[in-house]
Amino acid sequence: MADHKPKGISRWLFTTNHKDIGTMYLVFSFIMFLVGGAMAMVIRAELFQPGLQFVEPEFFNQMTTLHGLVMVFGAVMPATVGLANWLIPMMIGAPDMALPRMNNWSFWILPAAFGLLLSTLFMDGGAPNFGWTFYAPLSTTYGPPSTDFFIFGVHLMGISSIMGAINVIVTVFNMRAPGMTLMKMPLFVWTWLITAFLLVMVMPVLAGAVTMMLTDRHFGTSFFDAAGGGDPVLFQHVFWFFGHPEVYIMILPAFGIASAIIPTFSRKKLFGYSSMVYATASIAFLSFIVWAHHMFTVGMPVKGELFFMIATMLIAVPTGVKVFNWIATMWRGSITYETPMLYALAFVILFTIGGFSGVMLALTPVDWQYHDTYFVVAHFHYVLFPGAIFGTMAAVYYWLPKWTGRMYDEKLAKWHFWLSIVFVNLTFFPMHFSGLAGMQRRVPDYAIMFSDFNMMSSIGAFGLGLMQLLFAWILIKVCILEKGEKATDRVWEDAEGLEFTHLPSPAPYHTFDTPPKID
Amino acid sequence: MSQEQVQNDNKVMTKKLFVVVIIMVAFGFAMVPLYDVFCQITGLNGKVNGLAVYEEQEPDTSREIKIQFMTINKGNMPWDFRPVQTEIKVHPGKEYEVLFAVKNRTGKKMIGQAIPSFSPNLTAQYFNKTECFCFNQQILAAGESEEMPMRFFVDKDIPERYDTITLAYTLHNVTPDDEQVAAK
Repeated sequence: MADHKPKGISRWLFTTNHKDIGTMYLVFSFIMFLVGGAMAMVIRAELFQPGLQFVEPEFFNQMTTLHGLVMVFGAVMPATVGLANWLIPMMIGAPDMALPRMNNWSFWILPAAFGLLLSTLFMDGGAPNFGWTFYAPLSTTYGPPSTDFFIFGVHLMGISSIMGAINVIVTVFNMRAPGMTLMKMPLFVWTWLITAFLLVMVMPVLAGAVTMMLTDRHFGTSFFDAAGGGDPVLFQHVFWFFGHPEVYIMILPAFGIASAIIPTFSRKKLFGYSSMVYATASIAFLSFIVWAHHMFTVGMPVKGELFFMIATMLIAVPTGVKVFNWIATMWRGSITYETPMLYALAFVILFTIGGFSGVMLALTPVDWQYHDTYFVVAHFHYVLFPGAIFGTMAAVYYWLPKWTGRMYDEKLAKWHFWLSIVFVNLTFFPMHFSGLAGMQRRVPDYAIMFSDFNMMSSIGAFGLGLMQLLFAWILIKVCILEKGEKATDRVWEDAEGLEFTHLPSPAPYHTFDTPPKID
Repeated sequence: MSQEQVQNDNKVMTKKLFVVVIIMVAFGFAMVPLYDVFCQITGLNGKVNGLAVYEEQEPDTSREIKIQFMTINKGNMPWDFRPVQTEIKVHPGKEYEVLFAVKNRTGKKMIGQAIPSFSPNLTAQYFNKTECFCFNQQILAAGESEEMPMRFFVDKDIPERYDTITLAYTLHNVTPDDEQVAAK
């Protein structure tokens, strides 16, 4: 069948093709990744030495706030949605997503949302400065005027994510090729299906939280205002009821990616497929009953703290099952170390380190010391950068030849990996120590005893920032300059999955118009 | 399965999922009353359960509990606000009255609202107020001052481990804006 695609800008504006939309999501998230990264550079430059050097404390607060928001909602989440768009229809043998027009809409809302959010940087009173968790009353009574733009931005991001998630659920349930039973689906599809359910459950709660903020700010309600009978602590409960599942929304797709890549380069089947599915589902369930572990210091009774501590530590069990399964998959495999595999391996090891510091933070008595220190920053950056982002990079290297029909520059990619691994650890590992010694988050200055660790972190961060430009160059070489060897249809030796076994490289614009046969 | 059938299934499922979204929005808002009910049952956020009635009873003179009073002005609330006694020792089961002094230092009429908070949190459920200025808003004319009473008794079944209760009042400025005050 002819590969007919519309031309020019209208192709991208009006497209309903899952591959086009996936590409737009990925490009958008990469741009946001660079924007959020630039903000991180400002933060690390200021923290390079104690004292105030480059920016005012007010602007520093705006940077930490926007860095968090842009990275969470603009970089990590859209990147995984982009991967879902590209891969899920090909993996389950569907011609497209179930709701293609809604798909177009859910993407095009995002630039508007981030336009609103980033425009606050240029407003009187500055951008939001209350941290990405926007605790009341910092964001209600004391929020700058631009907070309202932030609120509507979050509304739009929520609508976009909800529509994207609904699309994934409907696609997975209704569009699978005959014979593709649920328990035959690749794990990436499974983890995304569960992620989509989490999104549908918690994004509306976030929308509710920001709506309450809006009415508190302008319409005389007092949901979070003690003077009117409300309670600021309630905000933290509502926020973290969204916020904790949110962290699994960001990491579950990466679990699915590792579960696709590790078997390919170990030349073995994934160990414990069904236990992987059940472990993912258990993690998703547990994520709803642990939210108050973010609030141990807020003044809870001992029984409450015990409950949230134990429930949180329970998450280590299904997560441990997954790590065990990845290791068992590699056990006695004929492993080769192409770039996707390197990233997947780094993901397993470094995500596990982030998981360990998570278990430490789950212990209520010690959390009282770690709370709001750089130890927390180290923890969540370990699960997000070498976790979610390395996972996404692994996916890009793994599927790029399938998308473009060309191999990326393996040599440069190896440089990208090895330097990233050095810089990522140089950036985030010293934060464990400065945090344990008591350095607080979100403060532009610090006691001189933290100087060495901060200088290391800053050097690492600048290196890590440069690495992303290298990544951009590797992608430009393949996607725009069209350089690189032609990829075979299978791309990797014996790669599994319909996209490798049933489709040529590059994958045609329209695939699986007639469903594939599945044995 | 035919194309129409798939599209129909997609529509039905999409509608169901949007219903889930609407339910979750409602749940987000339902967390507000649920939280209040939860806190009232458990006394977790240090809120008192409204007005209590004192019944004549034999005080437990074997125990003495120290009650400390604190006042905090929220933000730029320009009133003077302080406890007349900063602490008293009480026997559980006996009713006491303390006074809080407040003065509007500004040149215009203002409305204040005091919000109590107990420390330790869980003592709130044993602290019964039979009268409190915090149940109402305070309206003070320019320069006006007042001594506001608070009557209370501590439950006799307060656990042994509590020997001190700190009661902090935070005074909030709830003056709407000038015209509305004038209209009152």
